[in-house]
Amino acid sequence: MEEHKNNLEENKSKDENPLKVNRRHFFSQLSVGIGSLALGSLLIPDLFKGSAGTLAAQPLGIPHFAPKAKRIIYLFQAGGPSQLESFDYKPTLHKRMGEDLPDSVRAGQRLTGMTSGQDSFPLMPSAVKFRQHGESQKWISDFFPHIAKIADEITVVRSMQTEAINHDPAITFFQTGSQISGRPSMGSWLSYGLGNENKNLPSFVVLTSRGKGNSQGLYSKLWSSGFLDSKHQGVLLRSGKDPVLYLNDPDGLSRSDKRHLLDHVSSLNKIHHVETGDDEIESRIAQYEMAYRMQMSVPDVMDISKEPESIIKLYGEDCQVPGTYAANALQARRLAENGVRFIQLYHQGWDQHGNLPNEMAGQAKDVDQASAALVMDLKQRGMLEDTLVVWGGEFGRTNYCQGHFNPESYGRDHHPRAFSIWMAGGGIKPGLTYGKTDEFGYNVIENPVHINDFHATLMYAMGLDHEQLTYKHQGRRFRLTDVAGNVVKDLLI
Amino acid sequence: MKQKILIISILAVLLGVLYAYTSGIFHVSKDDYSSLKLPEVVDYNFHIKPILSDNCYTCHGPDANKRKGFRLDLEETAFTELSDSPDEFPIVSKDPKRSKVYQAIVSDDPDMKMPPPNSNLSLNSYEKKLIKKWIEQGAKFEKHWAYLPPEKVAAPKTERTDWAQNEIDSFILKKLEENNLQPSEKALVETLIRRISLDLTGLPPTTELVEMLIKDSSEENISKIIDEFLASPAYGERMAQSWLDVARYADSHGYQDDSYRTMWPWRDWVIHAFNENLPYDEFLTWQLAGDLLPNATKEQILATGFNRNHPITQEGGVIQEEYRTNYVLDRTNTLGKGILGITLECAQCHDHKYDAISQRNYFEFFAFFNQVDEKGIQMDAVAAKNQKFFADPPYMEISNEESDGVLSFINMKNISEIKVMVMNDSAPKSTYILDRGAYDQPADSVQPATPNAIYAFSESLPKNRLGLAQWLTDTKNPLTARVYVNRIWGMLFGKGIVETSEDFGVQGSLPTHPELLDWLAVDFMEHGWDTKYLLKKILLSATYQQKSEARPDLKKADPDNKLLARAERFRMSGEMIRDYILATSGLLNREIGGPSVKPYQPAGLWEETNAGGNRGILTEYIPDEGDDLYRRSLYTFWKRTLPPPNMTIFDAPNRDLSEVRRQKTNTPLQALVLQNDVQILEAARVLAQRTLLNNPNDPDVVTSVFKRILVRSPKKEELSILENYYYDAVKLYQSNIKDAEKLIAVGDYKQLNTDPMKTAALMLTVQAIYNLDETITKE
Repeated sequence: MEEHKNNLEENKSKDENPLKVNRRHFFSQLSVGIGSLALGSLLIPDLFKGSAGTLAAQPLGIPHFAPKAKRIIYLFQAGGPSQLESFDYKPTLHKRMGEDLPDSVRAGQRLTGMTSGQDSFPLMPSAVKFRQHGESQKWISDFFPHIAKIADEITVVRSMQTEAINHDPAITFFQTGSQISGRPSMGSWLSYGLGNENKNLPSFVVLTSRGKGNSQGLYSKLWSSGFLDSKHQGVLLRSGKDPVLYLNDPDGLSRSDKRHLLDHVSSLNKIHHVETGDDEIESRIAQYEMAYRMQMSVPDVMDISKEPESIIKLYGEDCQVPGTYAANALQARRLAENGVRFIQLYHQGWDQHGNLPNEMAGQAKDVDQASAALVMDLKQRGMLEDTLVVWGGEFGRTNYCQGHFNPESYGRDHHPRAFSIWMAGGGIKPGLTYGKTDEFGYNVIENPVHINDFHATLMYAMGLDHEQLTYKHQGRRFRLTDVAGNVVKDLLI
Repeated sequence: MKQKILIISILAVLLGVLYAYTSGIFHVSKDDYSSLKLPEVVDYNFHIKPILSDNCYTCHGPDANKRKGFRLDLEETAFTELSDSPDEFPIVSKDPKRSKVYQAIVSDDPDMKMPPPNSNLSLNSYEKKLIKKWIEQGAKFEKHWAYLPPEKVAAPKTERTDWAQNEIDSFILKKLEENNLQPSEKALVETLIRRISLDLTGLPPTTELVEMLIKDSSEENISKIIDEFLASPAYGERMAQSWLDVARYADSHGYQDDSYRTMWPWRDWVIHAFNENLPYDEFLTWQLAGDLLPNATKEQILATGFNRNHPITQEGGVIQEEYRTNYVLDRTNTLGKGILGITLECAQCHDHKYDAISQRNYFEFFAFFNQVDEKGIQMDAVAAKNQKFFADPPYMEISNEESDGVLSFINMKNISEIKVMVMNDSAPKSTYILDRGAYDQPADSVQPATPNAIYAFSESLPKNRLGLAQWLTDTKNPLTARVYVNRIWGMLFGKGIVETSEDFGVQGSLPTHPELLDWLAVDFMEHGWDTKYLLKKILLSATYQQKSEARPDLKKADPDNKLLARAERFRMSGEMIRDYILATSGLLNREIGGPSVKPYQPAGLWEETNAGGNRGILTEYIPDEGDDLYRRSLYTFWKRTLPPPNMTIFDAPNRDLSEVRRQKTNTPLQALVLQNDVQILEAARVLAQRTLLNNPNDPDVVTSVFKRILVRSPKKEELSILENYYYDAVKLYQSNIKDAEKLIAVGDYKQLNTDPMKTAALMLTVQAIYNLDETITKE
């Protein structure tokens, strides 16, 4: 804590790193220096206000204090995987199987329209066995044998909390800090706060895959930059011919022909720059060069043909099938190596309202090996210490059965009050089991972690103070954590 | 050689500036502010309030819950003795020493200093001096400038008398003269006509028109051309395009399952309304309350679809009231942002922290929109898939017959009947202030009303949406006309006179030319809220007709071009770029209205992210065929959860919320769209083929395509670069005919019978021109 304070002070007194200021900032500073002296009084307050959209309280492009993590790989399990069949072991549910959830436990929790009409809420235990693993003696279900092997690397948080009970608002909340559309995504905030680490790839990349389980849609607003500059937007990386939209040149145009074409475009743009005096043209020339480099660098990153057999084995054969979760997990490591700051995976299919034991087994099989492989792979490369890996969905699932009461084919509804995620690397203490739910797995009884706290903690690991990374929009300074959030220090090294 | 020397010297200067910058010569330290000159008379609205609002109002402003101690946004309380320290006052007129506020901002004592150190806010020395001088001059308070009704003052006298073409110019020139700046000369006629054409129709002018104007560029002729553009159907399309962002129009319901809805007849109405030049006051009234007008026509009812354009959930299991409330919130926020230019949504959960809008005021607005007979969810996406019609109640039915008669502006194609969502007030209910904006936390009940701080709601008005519309379009309403003329100005000049066109509140930017803004607003109302009149007035001004070149003196004195000593050059919207390319290639299909179309889009985008095949009918993207591939971009199908990427990459919003101002970014992804989108490659191919077909032996094909695209003749240097490129490419493809054939195979449009080598070479030359900054920029 003391150290944090000192770092903060130090940064405050430091001048902004002059080489990292963006162009607009550069010119606005210039204009205060010379321009405004020549201008009348009217403009002065406006210039100082920075008018529309303006700078953060802290300099951009540099962390507020020493970061533990340089990048984040977020393995989002879309749909809401059940905590009761994964990381939150509840023997009481076996003992009280079929009994109605006591009202005193539910305590007025609002329900979705899918179960609010049910006459009873019979408690349903996990169909899959739990065992303890590793030195940390972590409870992990048999659905996740590979993750069980890295039990001492990961920290499970069993006390996550959200407010939303439906997918759209819940997933939007996790990704943007607000249930309502329109705010920048977490990856965009980090790109805005820390800048891009590399010259050939975007700082925020998104990969999607789908399991066979009941799934919910994804939407581009989840990786939108909201009111931030759209250069901070997540770039969807797809399997197939055009990994980035419009990346491939047309057939019949070779790479060298393309260079030739671009050189001519550049020459003409340069002439026009001199004529118009508009520096935006220079910037356009630079963007064309970046696009040209991306045409090389993206396929390079995506090409796993040089990955050794041992790596293929580690992630599982699926990693050779483009578009699978395993392929994306391997891709994530490659992107991390190439300096991408925020790598967002989504795996759809975790919405088990019915047939949970079967569907969840399939979903777990999709992600178990590759998720564990990613953590081990990062570790063996010495990258785990500065790469923060997160695994989890938008909410948990109810401890009572949805639909027909059948221990082999039961379903569970959405549950916002308590659910589990895990994290590894990047400044997170390894091996912890953090937070605790009641014996029913319904309420958090120890160390709740709200989404805002979770965001604050991730930002802290990345060297950012969530209260200081702000953007002024429509007259208000916005933050990823809105008006709340506390860094969960217990989780950090 | 000269060129090289020039470039080198520019680079050298830039490097010098960079060095100077990094060594701190220009860096603004606290002391540099001290050299700034204080104004003669310190103005509360323009100098003081922005400082107080940004730094003090969070704790000493309108929000009662967060307030600590006294209130600084009101005159009474700012001069009232402090309750906890007798004989101390926040402000004592003409006495900074006794003014607690001033003492706190200059204090070094951390316990006394304001803003407090933990707020991350601080005042610079210039701001402190301003406050001191303001107190010395008597600390006069005024109502927020935007809440005072606009007044039309006479256009100011200027020293120079040979420049102004109308009143607008006098306001602009006056300010330039105050700053010792000269306006720019008139733009070249080719540039000017291109600018006018883009602004009024969203399309480039034809080369014939340009040639005609070069021969006669008199004011009368330009005025005549403006009238012709305003009378063309493309005008309505261009204006509708920007209104669709305000109205958050889309062809899908939004939220996660995002199935189909048929709101496009409403879009057809918007085009029609602009083309008919429906006065803006009526344009608003019909959209907000057309159904409540006496003997409402079907057209007036259709217009109310405006307030049903918001996203509607189809996610099974949601709570009805939660989502119904969301829709009413959305309407309220859209009114604030899109029409009134105030950030109402800030008062949804608490009193506004900066503007005089309380949470009660917010829910009084909310009450107007809370009487609709609607549900939070009508049906989930699986059920929605099997419907005959795609509209949730309340809706109106439109028959084929009507579309032949009173609703003839709707392009029904071969559809016999359609349903469109509209408004009604058939479910009267009480409105409550919702604690923290949450649907399940009702507190005090409220009646429909508007904030007195803006303009009092007359007792004589009905307390419903019609009354609201009448309040909005009352010529004494200080915001409606100002906000609209400002947005029109922003559309033409790249930014409004108030740059934050969505926020005229105390945290928004101040107008650069307040008297001009007011003059325009009053003049607009005096002329019957006539949009075409307003546009023509601005387009005929010398200000608008200037060159856009950034002269070195202007770049230095006014880098953001706030004073308008030149026209602004800025990138076109994604829609305009695509339309421009389709038009210049000759592919553009000019059909107006009708169901939205699906042009080329990278395959698999909808499929990869949908929730499985049975949720709604928008799970697969199947591009249209034939002419529908070449419609104007405002007809491109808008799926909210995955809008057309070649539009969003150019900063189009996703239409989840009302937006009034798009960013104008410059990114590598934009470069990729322009180089590799099939739509653009195909246009290049077709233009090449048509050019070669019409003039098989013409040596000037490069000049010909250049003129067609940029509507000007190439300069010698430009032509030589492009011709060198063209002949290189011909040679290249002569040795590789297979590649030429592959290249020109792009797109569905029929192949014309031309030499493949030449076609490929000319196609790439066209691509080079399509990728020029000039092509995608309004100059």
